[in-house]
Amino acid sequence: MIRDITLGQYYPTDSIIHRLDPRVKLIGTIVFIVSLFLFKDFFGYLLATLFLAVSIKISKVPFHFMMKGLKSIIVLLIITVVFNLFLTPGEKLIEFFIFKITKEGLRTAIFMAVRLAYLIVGSSIMTLTTTPNHLTDGLEKLLNPLNKIRVPVHEVAMMMSIALRFIPILLEETDKIMKAQIARGADFESGNLIKKAKSLVPLLVPLFISAFRRANDLAMAMEARCYQGGTGRTKMKPLVYKKIDGIGFGVLAMYLLICILVNQFVPV
Amino acid sequence: MGIIETNKLVFEYIRRDEEDNVEAIQRAVDEVDLDIKEGEFIAILGHNGSGKSTLAKHMNAILAPTEGTVWVDGKDTKEEEKIWDIRQTAGMVFQNPDNQIIGTVVEEDVGFGPENIGIPTEQIWERVEESLKAVGMYQYRKHSPNKLSGGQKQRVAIAGVVAMHPKCIVLDEPTAMLDPNGRKEVIRAVRALNDVENVTIILITHYMEEVIYADKVYVMDQGKIVMQGTPRDIFSQVETLKSYRLDVPQVTLLAYELQKQGIPLTDGILTMEELVEQLCQLS
Repeated sequence: MIRDITLGQYYPTDSIIHRLDPRVKLIGTIVFIVSLFLFKDFFGYLLATLFLAVSIKISKVPFHFMMKGLKSIIVLLIITVVFNLFLTPGEKLIEFFIFKITKEGLRTAIFMAVRLAYLIVGSSIMTLTTTPNHLTDGLEKLLNPLNKIRVPVHEVAMMMSIALRFIPILLEETDKIMKAQIARGADFESGNLIKKAKSLVPLLVPLFISAFRRANDLAMAMEARCYQGGTGRTKMKPLVYKKIDGIGFGVLAMYLLICILVNQFVPV
Repeated sequence: MGIIETNKLVFEYIRRDEEDNVEAIQRAVDEVDLDIKEGEFIAILGHNGSGKSTLAKHMNAILAPTEGTVWVDGKDTKEEEKIWDIRQTAGMVFQNPDNQIIGTVVEEDVGFGPENIGIPTEQIWERVEESLKAVGMYQYRKHSPNKLSGGQKQRVAIAGVVAMHPKCIVLDEPTAMLDPNGRKEVIRAVRALNDVENVTIILITHYMEEVIYADKVYVMDQGKIVMQGTPRDIFSQVETLKSYRLDVPQVTLLAYELQKQGIPLTDGILTMEELVEQLCQLS
C-alpha cells in the first residue's frame, strides 16, 4: 500500500503544457505570481483569471486536482480574510456588537483571498504537468549562472533527484521497521502527544542508521561509476528549447506586457 | 601482463580510538597474488569475513593497498590521476541492488555512468540501448526501478556498468540478497556478457552453484588465497572445502557421498546431467 504513494503530484497526460520545457513553466509561474501582486483593481484580476482558466483548460488536468492544493491552505485563507475584513479602518459598511466591516476591509479581504488562491492554483499547474525529475533539471539549468558565485547548483540538483529516488525506499523501510517493532510489543498508537513522540524513537533510530548505511553504499556505487561532480559531465536527456517553448515565452511576454499596461492606464 | 594483477597485496583495517591512537589492526587481505587474463571468468569464494569483498574493492581503486601493488590493465591503482581510467576499465556491481541505482527511471540509471565520463548525448542513447539489451532488460527501460524485482534491479545495475564499456566487471556478491530465480537471471546475464562480449568477469560469491561455470576459482580464507584451480579441481576436494566452512554444490556432495559408499564415480561432478549420465552407465 505504502508503495503506491505518488511522488509530487504529477498528473500524467499529454498536453501542450506537459510538453513545454520545465524552464518555461518555472519562469511562467514566477511571471504569474508577480502579476498577481501588480494588480490593484478588479480589471487586473479578471485578466489573471482568464490566463489561469486558459492554462487549466489546455493542461487537460481535471479541475478538482487543482483544487486539492487549496485544501491545505484553507485555514490560512480564512485567517487572512477574517483579519482583513474586521481590522481594516475606513468607511463603515455594517456594524454589529464590537465588530465592524468597512468598505476597504471587504475589498482587501476579497483581493487577498483571490491572490492566495491563485498563487496556489498557479503553481500547482506547474507541479501537476511536470515530473519531479524534469523540474529538478529545469531548476539546475535555470540556476546555472549562480555557479559563478560558487553556489553548488549541480550538487543541489543531484541531491534533490537522489532524495526523490529514495523516498519510496525509505517509506518501505519505515513500514518494515514499524512492523518489526510492533511485533516486539512497541506501541505507536495510544497515549498523549508526548508519549506518542517518545514511542517514535525506536522507529527513527534504526531508520537513520539504515539511511546512513545506504548513503554510504550509494556514494561508493556512484564513485565506482566515475561520478566526479558536475564538471565534464554530459547529459543523456539535455534540455533543449523547441519551437513550442518559444511560443510559450512569447505568450508570457504578452501577458506581462498587458498586465503592466492595464495597471498603468485603466483608472481605479 | 593480465587485465588484473596483484603483487603481495596487503590491506589492513585500522581501528582508532578518539585520540587517533591505533586500537586494533585487522589484516583483511594478506599477501594475495593474482593474475587474471582478459576474457576469463573468475570466481572468488570464501565465507563471511574471508576478505573477498575487500579484495574486490581494490580492483576498482575504491580501496588502496596498505602494502603491495594492484595493476588494472597495466595501471597502478595507487596513482591518483589514473583512478577514473581504472574505474572505467573495471566496473563494479555491489550487493544491494537498491543502494546502487541512482536514476528514477531505468534508462536514466544506465545512462549515469556514460554521463559521468562525458560521452556525447547520441552515443549515450546507443550505449544504454545495447547494454539494456545485453542483460535482457530493454523492455523495462521506461520503468521505475522501485517497481522491479531484485534480480531485475541487479541486471539494471549490471547494464549500468556495461554501458561504460569496461574490459572487466567485478561483481561483489551480486546475488546475496536475491531469491533463487533472481540469482539465476543474474548469473545468466553475467555468463552471456562473458561469452558474447568477452568481458572479463570476477564473481565474488558464497553460492557454490554459481561458480561451476567459472574458468578458474580462487578460495579465500582469513585474507589469504588458500585454493585455486578449475571448479572441478576445487570441488573434488570436499573435505578441504569443508575445513574452510564452504559447502560444495548439492550434486557434487551427493556424488561424493555415493563414492564414499563404494559407487564408482569420477571426482568433482558439477552438474545434475553429469551425475545422471554416470549413474546410468553403471549397471
